[in-house]
Amino acid sequence: MPCGLFFETYQKDESIFPTLWVRGWMIALGIFLLAFPFFAQTVSDWVGINMLNMFILIFIFLVGAHGLNLLTGYTGQISLGHGAFMGVGAYTAGILANLGWPFWICLPAAGVVTAGVGMIFGIPSLRLRGLYLAIATLAAQFILVYAMRNWEHLTGGSAGLLVPTAKIGNFEFDSDFKFYFLALAFAIGATMYLKNVARTRTGRAFVAVRDRYLSAEVIGVNLFKYRIMSFGISSFMVGTAGGLWAFYITIISDEHFTLWLSVQYLAMCIVGGLGQVLGSIFGVIFMVVLPEVLRIPTELLSGIFPNISDIFASLREMVFGIVVILFLIFEPDGMAARWHTIRAYWKLWPFSY
Amino acid sequence: MPSPSTAGQKRQEQAASKPPLLIVDDIHLRFGGLNALSGVSFEVQEGHIQAIIGPNGAGKTCILNCICRFYHPHRGSIVFNGRDISKIATHKVAALGIARSFQNIELFRGMTVLDNIKLGHHVHMHSGFLSGGVYLGKAKKEEMKVRAEIEERIIDLLEIEAIRKQVVGTLPYGLQKRVELARALAMRPKILLLDEPMAGMNLEETEDMARFILDVNEEWGVTVVLIEHDMGVVMDISDNVVVLDFGTKIAQGTPEEVSKNSHVIEAYLGADDAAHSKLGL
Repeated sequence: MPCGLFFETYQKDESIFPTLWVRGWMIALGIFLLAFPFFAQTVSDWVGINMLNMFILIFIFLVGAHGLNLLTGYTGQISLGHGAFMGVGAYTAGILANLGWPFWICLPAAGVVTAGVGMIFGIPSLRLRGLYLAIATLAAQFILVYAMRNWEHLTGGSAGLLVPTAKIGNFEFDSDFKFYFLALAFAIGATMYLKNVARTRTGRAFVAVRDRYLSAEVIGVNLFKYRIMSFGISSFMVGTAGGLWAFYITIISDEHFTLWLSVQYLAMCIVGGLGQVLGSIFGVIFMVVLPEVLRIPTELLSGIFPNISDIFASLREMVFGIVVILFLIFEPDGMAARWHTIRAYWKLWPFSY
Repeated sequence: MPSPSTAGQKRQEQAASKPPLLIVDDIHLRFGGLNALSGVSFEVQEGHIQAIIGPNGAGKTCILNCICRFYHPHRGSIVFNGRDISKIATHKVAALGIARSFQNIELFRGMTVLDNIKLGHHVHMHSGFLSGGVYLGKAKKEEMKVRAEIEERIIDLLEIEAIRKQVVGTLPYGLQKRVELARALAMRPKILLLDEPMAGMNLEETEDMARFILDVNEEWGVTVVLIEHDMGVVMDISDNVVVLDFGTKIAQGTPEEVSKNSHVIEAYLGADDAAHSKLGL
């Protein structure tokens, strides 16, 4: 907290953006995000990356990553099934949309169905912790993907499922430009939701369950209820992300929702910072942007050495893995912690303390 | 402020007219072949500071764990405020007005002091994951009310204003103990179970803690059950003392009575020395 900052009411003290300075920055960020699509094409041509697509992916994955961060970061329950949960949301939205349900019902329905599935697979969390729970949720991952592949008359099997574009009334989100704003709204909504839950009764109970579940019980937190609730909310969010994703790419198959996606989600939370809203934001940006950025040198190198281009093709994955490992070693609390350190440093600069 | 003797008299008059707040009746607790508690019974009068003392392994903490339903005694009953609590779920005990602190600090280490204390209020709040998530209207008002109550009653009483925004894991031991007391007080308890609140503290911290316990007892009327090894504190502040040894109650009475009891002296000093010495109180 900056020096000389005094609040006169508790409400001011507990607000998310306490100072004029911070609020100014948030408004600037908001204006930037709203204005970005209008000059996205120019930027994309300049850097050679489809910026609009990248931003939409960031927004969609942000909704899901906030979900997993709520479960793993706040409540302390590891899940390796969130990739498949995202798939459940995507398929629910896709199937309902194909039945002719309107978009604004499909998306919440995707969330609710996924929440139900997540809560069922969350029941083992009552008895299992840590690695054991990870293995139990891993089972969810494989069972669900198996169902997606083999329940053909519902999911279309490995051929995939076509999803119509999202439509509210007569307005169709048929281009990246339009979809950008839809995804942005969801990303902001999910971020605000997580931030608010974290600072109220429910969020505190989640952290209590994580930090010391025995004394959580003594102060009256029902462990079973809050663990399952956390699984439910988390799955709801990741299911909504899945629904958005289905409406965005308009063809989904089980191959999108493999264990790789679950691990990516977990990596987003860990690299960004578990148990912090800022963490999932940083983590998602990192995980979506890094492969795109790595593509540029990879393509360049395979152009120069065409004979060994398949080696460079896997360079992306290798660098990706190395970066994650380096993060775990040097900043296990994630990018958000590093961010706080940097901020604290500048607060005192140029004095050492 | 009334003198200690009149306060004591008043309490005894109250005790005569009112039924005891907590009745522990014939509790048996066994771990495998080990009898941790065998037939312990005592009553705690409302408004009293009830001390439980005894050598290590006597079963003091076991009793607290039975009262807040961590352990399930296989015989006997515990009646709190006229209600048998030996069958209810662990997380429901808090709502009845039973709060406790732990011997080894059991705070939520990753949270700030303020959040830890707010968690004590958990059972008295109502916002859920939906109303809390939008943080408008009722949920917000409730948060502000709780914040005000905690700040003005508890943080002020325990003198921890300066550390309220700090993460608990970074605090020194003595302050963590105090935060744990604060969290227990935030539960608006009728009875406060304190497990060695002065353990590992220096003289000044011990005196502070004793003062807080007396304040809470006298100003808020909270009944206190206190496990403590610091005999000076026990003899000074408690109204009644239960002495345990090997899972059985060997004596109960006022501090003076207990300190003269031959069983107690034997348990603490051994039979041989008992003849030559009285408990160094």
